[in-house]
Amino acid sequence: MHRLCSFMVPLLLLAFSVAGAPTSAAADEVNIYSARQEALIKPLLDRFSELSGIKVNLVAGRPEALLQRLQSEGRNSPADLLLTVDAGNLSRAMVAGVFQPVESAVLSAVIPANLRDPEGHWFGLSKRARVIIYAKDRFDPAGISTYADLANPELGNKICIRSSSNVYNQSLVASRIAHGGEEAAEEWVRGLMANLARPPRGGDRDQIRAVAAGQCDVAVVNTYYIGGMANGNEADQAAVAAIGLIWPDQDGYGTHINVSGAGVTKYAGNRDNAVKLLEFLVSEEAQSWYASANYEFPVRSGVELSDTLAAWGEFKADDLDLARLGEYNPEAVRLMDRAGWR
Amino acid sequence: MPAENEPLPVLSAPTPLPQPIDFRLMAFLYLRGVPVGIYFFTGGKTFVVPMKHFFARYIGGRGGSRPLDFWGVGVPLVALALSVPVLVVLSSVFKPTGEVWRHLAATVLPDYVGNSLLLMLGVGFGTLLIGVSCAWVCTLCRFPGRRFFQWALLLPMAMPAYIIAYTYTGMLDFTGPLQTALRAWFEWGHGDYWFPEIRSLPGAVLMLSLVLYPYVYLLARAAFLEQSVCVLEASRTLGCGPWRSFFSVALPMARPAIIAGLTLALMETLADFGTVQYFGVDTFTTGIFRTWYGLGDIDAASQLAALMMTFVLVLIVLERWSRHRARYHNTGQRHQDLPGYQLCGGRALAAFAVCLLPLMLGFLLPAAQLGAWAWATWEHTFDADFLVLMRNSLLLAAGAALLTLTLALLLAYGKRLRPTPVIRVGVQVASMGYAVPGLVIAIGVIIPFAWLDNTVDSWMRDNFNISTGLLLSGTVAALLFAYVARFMAVALHAVEAGLGKVKQSMDDAARVMGMRPFQVLRRVHLPVLRGSLLTALLLVFVDVLKELPATLVLRPFNFNTLAVRAFELASDEFLAESSLAALAIVAAGIVPVILLSLTIARSRREQK
Repeated sequence: MHRLCSFMVPLLLLAFSVAGAPTSAAADEVNIYSARQEALIKPLLDRFSELSGIKVNLVAGRPEALLQRLQSEGRNSPADLLLTVDAGNLSRAMVAGVFQPVESAVLSAVIPANLRDPEGHWFGLSKRARVIIYAKDRFDPAGISTYADLANPELGNKICIRSSSNVYNQSLVASRIAHGGEEAAEEWVRGLMANLARPPRGGDRDQIRAVAAGQCDVAVVNTYYIGGMANGNEADQAAVAAIGLIWPDQDGYGTHINVSGAGVTKYAGNRDNAVKLLEFLVSEEAQSWYASANYEFPVRSGVELSDTLAAWGEFKADDLDLARLGEYNPEAVRLMDRAGWR
Repeated sequence: MPAENEPLPVLSAPTPLPQPIDFRLMAFLYLRGVPVGIYFFTGGKTFVVPMKHFFARYIGGRGGSRPLDFWGVGVPLVALALSVPVLVVLSSVFKPTGEVWRHLAATVLPDYVGNSLLLMLGVGFGTLLIGVSCAWVCTLCRFPGRRFFQWALLLPMAMPAYIIAYTYTGMLDFTGPLQTALRAWFEWGHGDYWFPEIRSLPGAVLMLSLVLYPYVYLLARAAFLEQSVCVLEASRTLGCGPWRSFFSVALPMARPAIIAGLTLALMETLADFGTVQYFGVDTFTTGIFRTWYGLGDIDAASQLAALMMTFVLVLIVLERWSRHRARYHNTGQRHQDLPGYQLCGGRALAAFAVCLLPLMLGFLLPAAQLGAWAWATWEHTFDADFLVLMRNSLLLAAGAALLTLTLALLLAYGKRLRPTPVIRVGVQVASMGYAVPGLVIAIGVIIPFAWLDNTVDSWMRDNFNISTGLLLSGTVAALLFAYVARFMAVALHAVEAGLGKVKQSMDDAARVMGMRPFQVLRRVHLPVLRGSLLTALLLVFVDVLKELPATLVLRPFNFNTLAVRAFELASDEFLAESSLAALAIVAAGIVPVILLSLTIARSRREQK
């Protein structure tokens, strides 16, 4: 056993030293559990550290798992801020009771009321719209101006869309339920399913590429993927050049939007730093970074848009209270299960 | 049943007790409210076993002598600790979630079950076909390139399944370079031609078979190498041709090893999430996450996971049952070089092709594609951080591998010393983690660790007014624990296979000479087992290197690994940018794979 011990002990010590002590409340730090990928948030966090001198510690992972970790850790959790995408996730975290209400004049002045929790449990930090795209060379977009049109039998075998396991599609269907009720939403999903050119697979970029390559004529995607590809490699740029963009429901409720957002945790040890970080994330500088590097829409008005975003023009966004999306999310999934949206 | 007035036979310890016990046919004998004995109804007879003998026999250990020593208590405790994540998942079955289940059963559950079964069937067939044929050809045939293939065939093991899935999709999809080029050459449009759809169930079977066959190959090859020449030669002298002697002698003899490899491959198939999710195949795993994320019902999701585990258990039990009591031992004590069939001409070419194909598809082609992407993007993906990622990955993998091996050795040896039902079941449950998706294991670690930390913290606050905070949650220790719980099966299989080869008489001889169990382990078994231990170590190392979902959630602040980096980029459809990290995982995995292969080859030579 000596030999076993003699290599196990130093090894474990080494392992612990790599990890360092678990970070908790310290003078100038803020700890984040982020469901946004590191690459999409790190530059902003670095900039915040530079400006404020506050060190930012980050764990990035799946939103549901991080929420579970936060819940289980309870009052000893080191996390000060939970950063996540999709209103559904934000409202689920709120229902789980992991956020605390925050009052900040800056945040309530900058962020429109429908993009944050009225009591300040969470705040939307960037917007994205779910739009319809079409192949410019062979499809006449005149027939489509609403999401409802996607269920039109004339579009048979023409539409590409990703799996319903994806939260963007769940939120889209949740918004249909919120506006028109469950029955109408199910009817719509069934119509949409009947029009698919291929079984749902891949991500949003795949749908864009499929439209450009001729596998389908119409697809439903998030705006920032189009922006990313428009500024990506040659093949992606060519793909984006071949598609046109439709802002749906401009004469109705408006185009479905969603947010990425964050809330201060209930047991935050660095509450003030967390609020400072939130305020930084809606500052002019951070908001224009979202628009230029990530191709998301700022929540702050008056921020200059990047050329890519500006070229798409103005659009009317659905001002549905985003908390409702979370509420209807389970119903949306059941409905999609029933309608055979895989 | 004995006549009513006849006194019941009371068994004392040395008498062989009914084995295995049927727990439904048991009752406790109470004396003043204290259980003092147990009734057994078995074989038409009734026994009463005094309680202390029951413990000695079924829980503590053999013959009741010192039942509460380290092996009797420590091994079940270690097994229990490692079973915690699995038990947390299993405990969900007691929570009521009737309505969600009705919905699932009416809509998607049949798909989940059907697709999972088809996937397992396909991957089982694929891995057996590739693994066994390559192992046989490489071990028993002589043809040019054999030495190279012997180790190179293990290389696909270093390739994470989701990476190979992304890579092949990038190459073969409708919008990929191949189909685009075909369309351009022949001026085809969409729907003018047929091309196999890579993102489908058959595609997933192919991807998983290509990266999982090495498990079967590795264990089958080790088994073929160990087979005594005498048996094979005897079969030939009895008139079997090479094919017949393979099918009726070598293959059945290697069955336990092949099945062990197959079990690992199938468990990993069932737990796979990345590939099936990307390919849009609805399996149990995708169902678990859809139920959890989408329906927001973690209890129903855990119950799905529990159902999936019973799947695996049934498979394992079925296999054991089909083997009955057959055991497979080689009679020959001394080994000589295997005879080997000298192949030439067309046959040598065929053997070459059989080995080249899986290597080509499972490693060379995707690695070349990754290499090309990495070459195009390395300038903005390689930075100082990248070295930190490598260091983290390698240290974690090495630490987890050593820890898993040590504990696997303990469990396997404990089971050999005291094969009591409690230890046997405990070891079995402790190795179930491999069939559970990594994220589910992670939740099974988060909940008990956080509970433990918070309990300690409350107690310290109440009694000493000190807050200890989180001691284990969010540290590398929690991560290591998750790896051990998840990959125990891999190490156990290898260690048990090795221990099985050491005859009980060797233990007995050592004990007669006055060695204590630990000394026997250290001075007799460890040297003999070196090859198996190294195999276990390297398998876990490679697995941890590739592990993703548990790492993602359990890691400490500011802690990244290669797999995390590769997946984050790939899942956001930045395939080219993710390729450098993916390639680094593969490269780091190659070194142990080569070592592994050298060890196996050497083990054969040393036994001569």
